[in-house]
Amino acid sequence: MSRWFRRSQKDGSLLALPTVAWLLVFFVLPLVIVLVVSLMSRGRGGVAQMPLTLQHYERTFGIFSIILWRSIGLAGLTTVVCLLVGYPLAFFISTRRRPIVQQIALFLVILPFWTNFLIRTYAWRILLGDEGTINGVLRALGVISEPLQLLNTQFAVLVGLVYGFLPFMVLPIFASVERFNFRYVDAAQDLGANETRTFLRVVLPLTMPGVLAGCALVFIPSVGAFVTPDLLGGTKGLMIGNLINNQFGGSGNMPLGSALSIVMMGVVMLSLLVYVFGNRRQTGA
Amino acid sequence: MSAQALINENALGRNRRIKRLGKLGLLLNPLVAYFFLWAPILVLVLFSFNQSKSVASFTGFTLKWYSNILNNVVGAESAFSTELMLNAFRNSLFVGTIATAIATALGTMIALAMARGRFPGKRLLDGLLFLPVVIPEITQAISLAIFFKVAFDWIHLLSGERVFPGFHTIIMAHVTFNISYVAIVVRARLADMDPTLEEAASDLGANPWQTFWRVTFPLILPGVIAGALLAFTLSLDDFVITFFTSGVGTTTLPVFVYGLLKLTVTPEVNAISTIMMLLSTLLIGISLALQGRGTSQR
Repeated sequence: MSRWFRRSQKDGSLLALPTVAWLLVFFVLPLVIVLVVSLMSRGRGGVAQMPLTLQHYERTFGIFSIILWRSIGLAGLTTVVCLLVGYPLAFFISTRRRPIVQQIALFLVILPFWTNFLIRTYAWRILLGDEGTINGVLRALGVISEPLQLLNTQFAVLVGLVYGFLPFMVLPIFASVERFNFRYVDAAQDLGANETRTFLRVVLPLTMPGVLAGCALVFIPSVGAFVTPDLLGGTKGLMIGNLINNQFGGSGNMPLGSALSIVMMGVVMLSLLVYVFGNRRQTGA
Repeated sequence: MSAQALINENALGRNRRIKRLGKLGLLLNPLVAYFFLWAPILVLVLFSFNQSKSVASFTGFTLKWYSNILNNVVGAESAFSTELMLNAFRNSLFVGTIATAIATALGTMIALAMARGRFPGKRLLDGLLFLPVVIPEITQAISLAIFFKVAFDWIHLLSGERVFPGFHTIIMAHVTFNISYVAIVVRARLADMDPTLEEAASDLGANPWQTFWRVTFPLILPGVIAGALLAFTLSLDDFVITFFTSGVGTTTLPVFVYGLLKLTVTPEVNAISTIMMLLSTLLIGISLALQGRGTSQR
């Protein structure tokens, strides 16, 4: 015993032990329990009981597949919109000449982020509601006579997700644009490449690590979003996160919620794999 | 002019038009993006000063919603009470402080072990530390909720004692998601540190304990403080995981605010949101200023 103690003290693993134990108990074990529960039957009050079954996975890929695909679709669309808005914005910020202007431009992206996520999402309820600001302004201008339904739609969820996660796209791209040497652009153009070609063959590949990191950082929390669709989506914008949440109430179904959760984690792991693979190919090339 | 030249001319004109449109788009992009980022916040603040309850048009300036909050006179239909909110805020501070202390200790230890230790399985450990950061909050939330339920059922079965979720479950959950963030920040600091300083200390006869407290710790302290501040901020801000692991009477501020926001849009809620925005901006501003001081002093 004391020899083991002394050895683990020497190689540093004793120092790692408490944290590893904590993470095993409170992170790994709970995930294992979720996996087990997802394979069990639904008992009274929605709790798990024997025997083992695959029915929750059947339902996840059966009647709930529409919500699964909607979540993936909305998260994908959020990523694309964030990329289209965030990429030029990151370039705009990093090409400011005066450092103070650049700092302010960056600060203006980060500052809204310091506000609690719930409040930032709630702000869109004010804007998008039937009696909200956008409908009020449009009506005052005489553009519409009846309020548009903006809130409780998939559109509202998309807007909310883009709003919530846009800085996650801008910051990594900004970091890689900062490292980008703009002389390469001159070089490419001296060698006869036109603007499109210069962008596609020089600028984009060299800023790709930032793009990939940004896409992963936006896509992953979007797929698992719960607050945004809950506050902005209504029933039309229901996402898999809400479906999981609904399984943990009085009339819930814990094994089903666990199965949904495992499938969502699968989607996240898959997108992480794509990220790692893409990154490796990028740096290898 | 030949037909071919005309077509070329047309194509060139179209190309030029597309190019001009693209340039215009690039010029407008920052304007649109900044408007998009700031409009919701400005609208929220604006309508917290609106005379009428509507959020469709601004009718006049008033401070009455703020005085309503201070004097605790809010409409009967609202779930709000100043006392409940302050109580929730106290709960948040309590949970945040304890969770931060534990997570900072555990995170710093693992960061040191990863940077200085020589033991097998470090890559696996890397993955284990990375996962809590990337896994969706809701997955972590429900896995902890189920875990606590199973654990409490077992405790009941074995000892007859009934345990309920409360501060302890929230704190354990917050420590779990905070460890990785602290470890990341401290490891970055350790990577910047010159390892020869530690060697010099032990060459001069300091034992590992003295080396750590006299050399290593003072050098990584700014990183440890930054990690702790990050953990505290994340803890104060967390809604999803707290929502699933809290019990009766242990409502934190975000969980309380969620209850308000979910119900209605009222001017008082706008006022509360404005106050909270101001507070969190102030808090982060102060912590950043402190951090800046810490790095410039080294």
